Amino acid sequence: MAAPCVSCGAPLSYRLFLGGRVSFARRHGVWKAAAAELQIGAGSQILRLRHTTGVTTKKNVAALRRETYTVDFIKKQIEEFNIGKRHLANMMGEDPETFTQEDIDRAIAYLFPSGLFEKQARPIMKHPEQIFPKQRAVQWGEDGRPFHFLFYTGKQSYYSLMHETYGKLLDVEKRQNQLQAKGLFSENTKTKDLIGSRWLIKEELEDMLVEKLSDQDYAQFIRLLERLLTVQRDAEEEFVQQFRRSVTIQSKKQLIEPLQYDEQGMAFSTSEGKRKSARAKAVVYEHGSGRIKVNGIDYLLYFPVMQDREQLMFPFHFLDRLGKHDVTCTVAGGGPSSQAGAIRLAMAKALCSFVTEEEVEWMRQGARRGGSRWGRELSPRDLGTADHRPTRQGAEEAGPGGRPQEVHLEEALSAPTQAGRGDAGVCAHVRPTDGRDLPASVRACCGMVCF
Amino acid sequence: MLSRVTRLTSRTRQLDPGRILHTGSRAPQSVAAHLDDQAADDGPRAVSRTSEKDPARHGEQHEGLHYDIPLQDVGTLFPQSLPPRFSMQVKTFGEACLMVRKPALELLHYLKNTDFAHPAVRYVLYGEKGTGKTLSLCHVIHFCAKQDWLILHVPDAHLWVKNCRGLLPSAYDRTRLDQPAEASAWLKNFKTTNERFLSQIKVQGQYVWNKRESTERGRPLGEVVEQGLTRAKSATDAVGVVLKELKGQSRAGGFRLLVAVDGVNALWGRTTLRREDKSLVAAEELALVHNLRKMVRNDWHGGAIALTLSQTGSLFKPRKAYLPQELLGKEGFDALDPFVPILVSNYSPKEFESCVQYYLESSWLQHEKAHTEDGKKQLLFLSDANPGQLERLCAHL
Repeated sequence: MAAPCVSCGAPLSYRLFLGGRVSFARRHGVWKAAAAELQIGAGSQILRLRHTTGVTTKKNVAALRRETYTVDFIKKQIEEFNIGKRHLANMMGEDPETFTQEDIDRAIAYLFPSGLFEKQARPIMKHPEQIFPKQRAVQWGEDGRPFHFLFYTGKQSYYSLMHETYGKLLDVEKRQNQLQAKGLFSENTKTKDLIGSRWLIKEELEDMLVEKLSDQDYAQFIRLLERLLTVQRDAEEEFVQQFRRSVTIQSKKQLIEPLQYDEQGMAFSTSEGKRKSARAKAVVYEHGSGRIKVNGIDYLLYFPVMQDREQLMFPFHFLDRLGKHDVTCTVAGGGPSSQAGAIRLAMAKALCSFVTEEEVEWMRQGARRGGSRWGRELSPRDLGTADHRPTRQGAEEAGPGGRPQEVHLEEALSAPTQAGRGDAGVCAHVRPTDGRDLPASVRACCGMVCF
Repeated sequence: MLSRVTRLTSRTRQLDPGRILHTGSRAPQSVAAHLDDQAADDGPRAVSRTSEKDPARHGEQHEGLHYDIPLQDVGTLFPQSLPPRFSMQVKTFGEACLMVRKPALELLHYLKNTDFAHPAVRYVLYGEKGTGKTLSLCHVIHFCAKQDWLILHVPDAHLWVKNCRGLLPSAYDRTRLDQPAEASAWLKNFKTTNERFLSQIKVQGQYVWNKRESTERGRPLGEVVEQGLTRAKSATDAVGVVLKELKGQSRAGGFRLLVAVDGVNALWGRTTLRREDKSLVAAEELALVHNLRKMVRNDWHGGAIALTLSQTGSLFKPRKAYLPQELLGKEGFDALDPFVPILVSNYSPKEFESCVQYYLESSWLQHEKAHTEDGKKQLLFLSDANPGQLERLCAHL
């Protein structure tokens, strides 16, 4: 219903503009800059590339409606993008045939350096399909009759998809019944490999159908697909695969460095760690007396603060290997605390080589054993503060011999970053911490042991 | 103290049945000689104290063990001149216990074998921060006091080059500056330490303090000290006189002189003092510093000079500096050269064990895990066997 936007007279200049999905204001006024550019060289593509959007002088109320583009318009945009790409490649002195999107990005960043903090506000040059929001072509013909038979449902693509899927389901069931009747039905042992993939999420489905859906619609659709799969595991593979996305399994396995041996035959292991902007490399020797040298300086002198030395102590303390290893490490960047954290991580990783598999797992679970701020379950009392830190007296005790401040290697191995906080490890069970919190009547009559 | 000791003994009996034999050693008044053997017999574990009170008899077998100094001796020898943390510990525990350590033993050995006909030898204790230089010096001072030497102890030379108020131009020499407050404080301590020498030593020169007061030849040294104490303006000059007299007379052989200066690198460093016209004062412009520098020269005989370098309290020196060259600078090093350097290092495992034991015995470590092996290992790691760090750490527990 919207006429294509040609009024501004410079649709070509939209290609290079600031911002991602910007809803265009319909501009009746001619952009001064655009006009100037066009006058200079109507056929000159390069100038058009250099154009950056100006500011409209008049704000049009009608312009706030969503801009629609015709298919021709988009096609033209794509052609121009390609031509522009070739020109850009020429400008940069590269081969136009093998000029990829990354090269384009780099070239634009080079030609139009921008100091803007918002990345999406910087100049970009992307394929029109990524810039212009996907829109439907006009859905009815000259006589006003809609093309699709489900047009008047309002969500024609969705319903047609449901219709199609259901049709497939019926087909599959019919086939199965026929096979069963013939007695050729065989238990389908071939399990479809659904591991490693997931269903589309609602937003992705909306993108695919170019149509807004409600949550119930989406749920309905997924249920239908699931039903299809329960009937027959490998039914309509191609069709179903359209709606699955793969999930990259992040390998949770810690890479264990192999042991190396130096000239004297002493085993040692090297690894790196980082924390904030500090980077550390640690070399842990198998036999030693607990000496640690940081950048050639004894750790007592390098870390005058007790807290930093406690950080260094934890990996060894957790494995009960205090005073058994010698360590030499180098660290750079960051401040003293982050350097201590980085060295701690590096040492923990290096210690993995000396330690059995179960202990590595145990290290990773370390945080759940309590003590660590970020990995353990938070009691309701801890949740009282804004950042869930315990506010008890004596909560910040000095390490030695302490009550198990087993802040640990889960944190240590996965680098005590912000990610630790949002992890699934933090679960706030709101439950009474001891029996006193329950009313006496409940306790008396249930006789339960509440914990 | 006995009641506290008996309480301790019952507690430690529960902890470690193997030590029943040694519970008696905690009461120093009893069975001294018997326990001395036992202290030697017992292996690397458990014992942290010895009852050998005379530093002259300290030897290799006492290494790592604590011995205590009677409190009145502490009052005499170290009036306000113990390091602050240690004096707090003395007050808390009610006893002053020093550990016998190798550097101190070495120095004692040298002192025992000094030839007083030769010029005084300079011994410089140096080491990282917190390793026990000052307390080793205190040990040596105690020994010398027991041997009846005259002790010239400057507890911290850094105090003379910073934060001084009331600088006056010296009456004796216009170019130099007086520090009446510091001089009088030192004279007071000197008097407390060496009371009996003051009447014995006779002054060999005549000194005129001002129009009305003067000291004649032959008067006891005590008078000079009194003069300095009563008249603040002449305190610095009094100090100068004392130093000169002692130096001159030590070769006569009437007494042995020990010059003990802590933080001697202050004498050749920068100061933070300014005159009224905001110009910086160099170290040699201070009369006290000038006289003390003369004192630590080895142009006299009949005694010894024991010095300590100290980064704590030093001005404009990096935290990690501990070598003589770094802390003294070229000028200081040349002035002190030749000297006998004695390195003081962190605790050895035996000494560490002994120190922790001592803290446990005095109920200083209250943490429940402190006496376990695991706890000790953690203490060792965190303090890296540095005595100062260990002390600070244990203060929390």
